[in-house]
Amino acid sequence: MNIQAIKAIYGFEIHRTLRTWKQSIVSPVLSTSLYFIVFGSAIGSRMMDIDGVSYAAFIVPGLILLTILVESINNAAFGIYMPRFTGTIYEILAAPISAFEIVIAYVGAAATKSVVLGLIILLTARFFVDFSIVYPLWMLAFLVLISVTFCLFGFILGVWADGFERLQIVPMMVVMPLTFLGGSFYSISMLPGIWQTVALFNPVVYLVNGFRWSFYGVSDVNAAFSLSMIFLFMLVCLGVIWWIFKTGYKIKV
Amino acid sequence: MQDDAIISISHLSKVYPSGFTALNDISLTIKRGEIFALLGPNGAGKTTLISILCGLVNPGPGELKVDGLDVIRDYRAVRKMIGLVPQEIAISMFETVWATVKLTRGLYGKKPDDVYLEKLLRSLSLWDKKNNKLMTLSGGMKRRVLIAKALSHQPKVLFLDEPTAGVDVELRRDMWQMIRELKDDGVTIILTTHYIEEAEDMADRVGVINKGRIVLVEEKAELMKKLGKRELVLELPSPLSNLPATIQIDGLDLSPDGNKLTYTYDTRSDYGEIGRVMRTLYEHGIEFRDLHTSQSSLEDIFVSLVSGNDATDATPGDAK
Ligand SMILES: Nc1ncnc2c1ncn2[C@@H]1O[C@H](COP(=O)(O)OP(=O)(O)OP(=O)(O)O)[C@@H](O)[C@H]1O
Ligand SMILES: [Mg+2]
Repeated sequence: MNIQAIKAIYGFEIHRTLRTWKQSIVSPVLSTSLYFIVFGSAIGSRMMDIDGVSYAAFIVPGLILLTILVESINNAAFGIYMPRFTGTIYEILAAPISAFEIVIAYVGAAATKSVVLGLIILLTARFFVDFSIVYPLWMLAFLVLISVTFCLFGFILGVWADGFERLQIVPMMVVMPLTFLGGSFYSISMLPGIWQTVALFNPVVYLVNGFRWSFYGVSDVNAAFSLSMIFLFMLVCLGVIWWIFKTGYKIKV
Repeated sequence: MQDDAIISISHLSKVYPSGFTALNDISLTIKRGEIFALLGPNGAGKTTLISILCGLVNPGPGELKVDGLDVIRDYRAVRKMIGLVPQEIAISMFETVWATVKLTRGLYGKKPDDVYLEKLLRSLSLWDKKNNKLMTLSGGMKRRVLIAKALSHQPKVLFLDEPTAGVDVELRRDMWQMIRELKDDGVTIILTTHYIEEAEDMADRVGVINKGRIVLVEEKAELMKKLGKRELVLELPSPLSNLPATIQIDGLDLSPDGNKLTYTYDTRSDYGEIGRVMRTLYEHGIEFRDLHTSQSSLEDIFVSLVSGNDATDATPGDAK
């Protein structure tokens, strides 16, 4: 195990985040806060409680998740896309590091950032919304797992993308809509008949509900099942990454 | 033990996914501690060969060993020994010189050593730029940063893919000085260049690659001796209309204006030849007011090798 190399890449990536802290930390925190103000405080006060949780509090986990998903994907994708784009990936490929170590370093750095970001948003939310967390350790576990999983997904995206456009399109066109439709702002049980079943095909439903369960102990789907779904997605991502390095797909000819 | 060879390549080929054959049955041995110059026209396969050895490009069939270790199977040990200065400048523009050099050292699993890195940056005249972002450096400085990165982990084998492209004369001289010092420290150096005089000055051995094949590998001195031509030019005090028919010497020509006599000979041939020429001229009463000799450069040799006949029928370079 080349620990020094992992430390070097990890440190380099964290440094990149800190160097661009306005764009990578402040901006997502600010935009999520706007949601809390508009949907939580302003509109939320006129909404009914859901499963005994105030509407403002109900949407907190979903909103954190929305930011975490998009940021994880973007950040991990950029982390590996930029070296490919500028050619600096030559150093990584020529170094005595295994594919596994490369992934740990890049995905680890991106996931660290996501978790920290999630915690900052959580603290910020407390300024606008009154809520408490029933299972804080589970909350942290979900946060970490979801961050890692979507950073793995972002890594794949960053290897696959051939231009900035492709890099943006997946978070914007796929992840955002799925998250909005995945019960971030409502309970699945509020949907009319058939749509409840349709919603169960949206993977984000499991993320949102598992995460929300750790906050309030209530969920539309079984929390253990949520957890398994996240693990499953993580395994799929790991499989794809294994294949990428085995074949050299888009990184080696 | 493979005491002598640090890199041995046997029957390596590479076909890119596009179907293009960039390397065609390459066999080559690089000796421990030598400076090896790889020459060849654009697209010959120099960068491809280096990239395969460094792990940037997947090798095709063939066997590749560095210090007796397989390049794929023992990739960790192999890559630790290698430093690479790539042909294209690829650096993280927003990072500082110091951060990027430290990163490379870390990637190679070496503990931080600020004293060594300071010495390295000083020797490349980059020390006063160490906190500059790379985007604020000039092209030549960026290339020096690449060299600093390649040396940051004290490699045993250094690949320099056109290290002096875009580098001014003074810096080029410094760079060669540095390379000589590395060689004195026992580092094996493989370089590609289009400046043939560099290879002529620096290299212990020269390899010529053309269209993915090694056309020739030779000790530089040997090559110059073997293929080099020498020329003796005699300037005459008064023009000669033609050479006396009694002078029968191959390679002796009179210039069209009759002012110069040129004698071309192989460096291989024995030096008594010149004496014979001089004696003959003297006997015929031909005087001269000045004389000089010149030797063909590697460049001439190189051009005659790659442009002339097909690569396949030239001597296959196999150095043991
Ligand atoms: N990724 C690739 N896919 C397909 N063909 C490639 C690829 N990379 C290089 N080639 C081709 O392989 C051949 C050898 O290229 P290479 O870069 O090794 O040449 P070179 O000897 O380094 O040339 P130069 O002196 O211009 O640097 C060229 O014809 C090039 O077009
Ligand atoms: Mg090249």
